[in-house]
Amino acid sequence: MLSSVAERVYWLGRYLERVESSARLLKVYSAMLFDLPRGTSLDWSTLIDIVGGNDIYDKKYQSYDEKQVVKFLLVDTDYPNSIFNSLIMARENARTTREVIPSETWEQVNAIYHVLKDNLNPRMGRAARYQLLEEIITDSQRIEGLFVSSMSHNKAYSFIELGRKLERADMTSRLVDVGSINLLPEFSSKSQERVSLEPYENIVWMNVLRCLGAFQAYRQQVQNRVSGRKVVRFLLQDEEFPRSIGFCLSELVFHLEKLPNNDDVIRAVARVKRISIDAKVDSLVEKGLLEFIDELQISIADIHEEITRIWFNSEIRQEEAA
Amino acid sequence: MAINWKNYNPGEFYDELISSPGYPRKAARKLTKYLASLSHEELKQRKATIEHAIKTMGISFTVYSEAGNIDRQWPFDLIPRIITQKEWDHTSDGLKQRLRALNCFVHDVYNDGKILKDKVVPADLIKKSKNFRKECVGMKPLHEVWAHICGTDLIRDKDGEFYVLEDNLRVPSGVSYMLENRTVTKRVFPELFENYNIQPITDYPTQLFDTLAAISPKPKDFPEVVVLTPGIFNSAYFEHSYLAQQMGCELVQGSDLYVEDDHVFMKTIEGLAPVDVIYRRIDDLFLDPEVFNPDSALGVPGLMRAWLKGNVGLANAPGAGVADDKVIYTYVPKMIKYYLDEEPILPNVPSFLCTDKAQMQHVIQNLDKLVVKPANESGGYGMLIGPQASKKERAEFARRIRANPREYMAQPLISLSTSPVLGENTMEPRHVDLRPFILQGSKPYVTAGGLTRVAMVKGSYVVNSSQGGGSKDTWIVRE
Repeated sequence: MLSSVAERVYWLGRYLERVESSARLLKVYSAMLFDLPRGTSLDWSTLIDIVGGNDIYDKKYQSYDEKQVVKFLLVDTDYPNSIFNSLIMARENARTTREVIPSETWEQVNAIYHVLKDNLNPRMGRAARYQLLEEIITDSQRIEGLFVSSMSHNKAYSFIELGRKLERADMTSRLVDVGSINLLPEFSSKSQERVSLEPYENIVWMNVLRCLGAFQAYRQQVQNRVSGRKVVRFLLQDEEFPRSIGFCLSELVFHLEKLPNNDDVIRAVARVKRISIDAKVDSLVEKGLLEFIDELQISIADIHEEITRIWFNSEIRQEEAA
Repeated sequence: MAINWKNYNPGEFYDELISSPGYPRKAARKLTKYLASLSHEELKQRKATIEHAIKTMGISFTVYSEAGNIDRQWPFDLIPRIITQKEWDHTSDGLKQRLRALNCFVHDVYNDGKILKDKVVPADLIKKSKNFRKECVGMKPLHEVWAHICGTDLIRDKDGEFYVLEDNLRVPSGVSYMLENRTVTKRVFPELFENYNIQPITDYPTQLFDTLAAISPKPKDFPEVVVLTPGIFNSAYFEHSYLAQQMGCELVQGSDLYVEDDHVFMKTIEGLAPVDVIYRRIDDLFLDPEVFNPDSALGVPGLMRAWLKGNVGLANAPGAGVADDKVIYTYVPKMIKYYLDEEPILPNVPSFLCTDKAQMQHVIQNLDKLVVKPANESGGYGMLIGPQASKKERAEFARRIRANPREYMAQPLISLSTSPVLGENTMEPRHVDLRPFILQGSKPYVTAGGLTRVAMVKGSYVVNSSQGGGSKDTWIVRE
């Protein structure tokens, strides 16, 4: 398999996952805010924190109101990770790998792009927005299903899955971050007048779970009322739920084992695994997860660096660059 | 509101489906009858479905001038064009004959030069040909074939005969649209296929793969064949990717390939992997910066060395374009007699050569009646359509012809046949041509039909997609 093609399908997987997870995030987050009293530390700005778009956002907008935040995340072409931009990138990567992905998958990626492009209206109301996000999520899942059932599970497929699962692990880590950061007293008092979120802890964590479609799985697995530390443990370590980091890491290893020269990448994954499994969640939640999550995210990013180094920049390419 | 064929009048032109208003040709009767049975609403709906299918399938081409929006949907008309099997068999024989002669010619030009010594083709023409590659002299490609894939443009004059307008031996494109046109028609108009015996066209990618595999330097069951594209900004990128997908080959860009010890490799996740055959969709001059255009970032340094040593197959071979020249074209009937000792099955469009003083004089005096073509342009660029041109344009061409007689040839304005196109409310005649694709490796092959291109503007003869042309599904039917 060509290195250049491997790189494109890897990014195809990443962007497709990014489209879906961003749509989920936006949908659930809006729903949660309606449950919380006004003036809590959880507001629309938190969404920008989660996706790490603060720099670009602050340059463009003065305040964090619903309309602007949603526009930014959904359609803003200046923000590289907006849903629309991610979809453009997914489509571009699909278009340039049509010789390796099944035609139906290309057609579906192309179709969802046209749906979004034709229905983009930054001023759409909440109801229309909800509907559009639902559609994006459903279409994304259909595309994922098409890949699973119509593409040979060959090396190209493994690269798509690497992109997808890595992106997913990354998004889950961001959500854990959000759920916890706002609950701790020192972080929830950005402004003096803000209302404590403690009574709403449940609602926040429930919505984090919902965002990942994990609420039901969590209840079945944990059989307990929703509590912060248990949710964190579930999302970090559960080996069975497809959006937990533990599961994503196992999947990464499964696909990595099918690829040549995989040692360094598998090592990078093992490191993330140690960080998330060894995590003493109880004491971490007491002290604050901030540093821990940072370490986790950096180590996830390392996996990406290794994949890029080993397979996408063959030595000859580096020679050319030099 | 349904179609009334009595109102469809192609006038003086030969029409592909209708012999005179209200009288469809025999092979088209079932089609015209079926279409007339549909209500206006139904037709409109099918048209919308087709547009949607093309959008979803992502059948597109690229227009250079439209910055920003590079990908444009393929304009397609849903009414098929019908040609009888009997007529096609004859045409197809003519196309094979022509390509055989053209390949003999290219091989001769780069080796013994017999046809030049015998003065059948003036040696001077070759020396001045922009597409002659001195680097290829003495090269003997496998099977002595240089042009493995040829797209020949046919037009039908008022007499109903096919004439050869030009042969494209460099990097002819359009075959993917021929295949996709059929796919779209099957999706949207499956009923049409019920009453006809239509020749399938789907085996083209297999035939193409076999043709390419046949030029692998080492005989292998599955040689590594790759499609070399200039990249996503090329107007035919869709086609490159489509063919690679259909053949199950890698689609590579120049940067994916690497030459070491005169062997070609591609850069894979496992390291360097050998390449046997390259179906290149890059022009000669961009193939190898070591030999040709040194600034080419599209090509592969060392590719020519590898090919000349016989370590990699290239289709079409560099230099094949020497026969893809509108002046050389006029000699093809003579080539057929010279190399094959046969009579040409398909006629050329009568042509005037500006290299001949008397003919040049005739051309310049009759510019208002003639079509003047540059010897080496494709895509309909740089032409003068005399009857439609202004005085000023004609004067400009007269000046250019005098300055560079080798660069121009002229032909009378041949009528293009028409075929019905579904307009807003009616069927309307539009001019069409036909580009069949001919393969020559170890054995020859001609597509069943080809790509019918349509000038979508009323009265226009310009069928090129780069200039607003569309296309149709083309059926070869057994009666």
